[in-house]
Amino acid sequence: MGGIYALIAVGLSLQYGVGRVLNISHGEFIMLGAFSTWSLYTIFGISPLVSLVICGPVMFIIGFLIHRALFQYLRGKSESIGAFADSSLLASFGLLFIIQNVALLLWKADIRGYSYLDSSVNILGAIFTANRLVALLFAVVISLAFYIFLTRTRLGKAIRAAAEDPATAQVMGVNIHRVLAICFGLGALMAGFAGPLISMMYEIQPTMGLEYTIIAIIVVVLGGLGSITGSLIGGFILGLIGSIVTYFDPGLSLIAYYVIFILLLLIRPTGIFGK
Amino acid sequence: MDRVRVSFKKHVPLGLLFVTFVLLATIPFYVQPYLVILLTTIFMYIIITVSWAIFSGPTRYISLASAAFFGVGVYASAILGKTLPLPIVIAFGGLVSFILALFIGLLTLRLRGMYFIIFTFGVSELIRHSLLWWEANITGTVGRWVVVVDHTTVYYVMLIIFVMALLITYLIRRSRLGLALRSIGEYEESAAHIGINVTALKTITFAISAFFMGAAGAIMATRWTYIDPHIAFSPLFSFMPVLMAIFGGTGQIYGPVLGAAVLAYLEEILTTKFPYYYMLLFGIILIVVILFLPHGLVGLVQRWRKGGSKRQNANA
Repeated sequence: MGGIYALIAVGLSLQYGVGRVLNISHGEFIMLGAFSTWSLYTIFGISPLVSLVICGPVMFIIGFLIHRALFQYLRGKSESIGAFADSSLLASFGLLFIIQNVALLLWKADIRGYSYLDSSVNILGAIFTANRLVALLFAVVISLAFYIFLTRTRLGKAIRAAAEDPATAQVMGVNIHRVLAICFGLGALMAGFAGPLISMMYEIQPTMGLEYTIIAIIVVVLGGLGSITGSLIGGFILGLIGSIVTYFDPGLSLIAYYVIFILLLLIRPTGIFGK
Repeated sequence: MDRVRVSFKKHVPLGLLFVTFVLLATIPFYVQPYLVILLTTIFMYIIITVSWAIFSGPTRYISLASAAFFGVGVYASAILGKTLPLPIVIAFGGLVSFILALFIGLLTLRLRGMYFIIFTFGVSELIRHSLLWWEANITGTVGRWVVVVDHTTVYYVMLIIFVMALLITYLIRRSRLGLALRSIGEYEESAAHIGINVTALKTITFAISAFFMGAAGAIMATRWTYIDPHIAFSPLFSFMPVLMAIFGGTGQIYGPVLGAAVLAYLEEILTTKFPYYYMLLFGIILIVVILFLPHGLVGLVQRWRKGGSKRQNANA
């Protein structure tokens, strides 16, 4: 689970850390990914791992366009970056309602699930189901690939520059609006990757998005707002805590997350790796 | 001539207010019960929105804890409603919310901006999930029944809470407290620097605003008859006041009232006519308002007025 948490948290971290959009509808993109995978698998028999490759880029395009159409306009109109953060938060609530209800109309409110790779595997005496291992592997590979992209490529450098100081980055020749839209798209891409992986392991329903958004926010705060590395590590930490709590009582895991979250905000709001 | 005009200008809004109030107070005598119940729901939203704006309007701290305060009121009423008389139950619902807000306020008001928003949301979700877990695992029954009160009484209680909330808003705006809160909203460091006790003022105002939400929750519970944590602490009660207040515009007292009234009425129509598209339409409205009406309906009214007076000047 930690790998998935890291994946969705990195997506959110990118959208907030660079674009200053605390995207409450982040989980809805995950839900869309999960349901598309479910439909493709049950209707056409397409493997979830293939859907993964389809969903990610499609979500990227959707995210890119949403940023262009909505958040770029908002950003231009806001008096300050703080005002933009508030109004974009509210706008993303609007997106949440829209996406969730479109999904409810398309797929109805039922809980869905399918079984894929659910044979168990024995590694050093510990029993895992195969789909969990595959999901973890994919999550780690995607996270690593993304990390390399961010640190080694030209676009990655532009993104980091925009995160540090948008105005200066623009002076240095970074097309800021394009970079911000790409960041938002990349965030959606991460959600698009996470969705199919989640659908392999858990039952899904159209209202599942908010829960994952909240988990992502907790992880991002845990790792320090805006720190990509922090989000990666925070994701694994929270996943571990979640597994331990779930072992005792599955009903308590969400409560435990909130308690951690609230304590963290009170004691160290900058997170573990925050400046 | 001038003096006549001034006093005329001064008395017209007051008179209008009085007539409106009398109209609202006598409405259950000559309309159908359905309309009274509809008005009760609208007043519930207005109360939550107005009291949200008491704190969040001037200070610009966006709180998403309204559901927590409202839900606590609902639960207080569900637990105490069987044994205590109604006015005490309502006052108690408000008081419990007040204390909860004091507690949250003391803990959190050091946090700013985004941190404050997500923290308040986290608190109200924590309460909802904890209660749910508690009911499912400890008491073994999810949800409870609430003692029913006839709808005219519910309406009057709502009206009284509404008038009180409005009065408090007005008094705070007029007082030094209101001025201090606005200066916190403008620039908190300088407000603290000129000797305003920032934390104390924020906490007490936060608690006052929570009191009305709790009271509204306590009376609303009696109309719902059945409640569970999902109904009482629904995150919608946190989002709605923010949306309604921004839709109305927080610059004036009548802004949140107007925004809540229009949207609550819209909700009622949409839920009955398009139950499946209601939330979808709601999301679209939310985005459109944020994009094109940053100052809300009040901003629209003011722009229209300004345009009018400009035209007058041009004619003269």
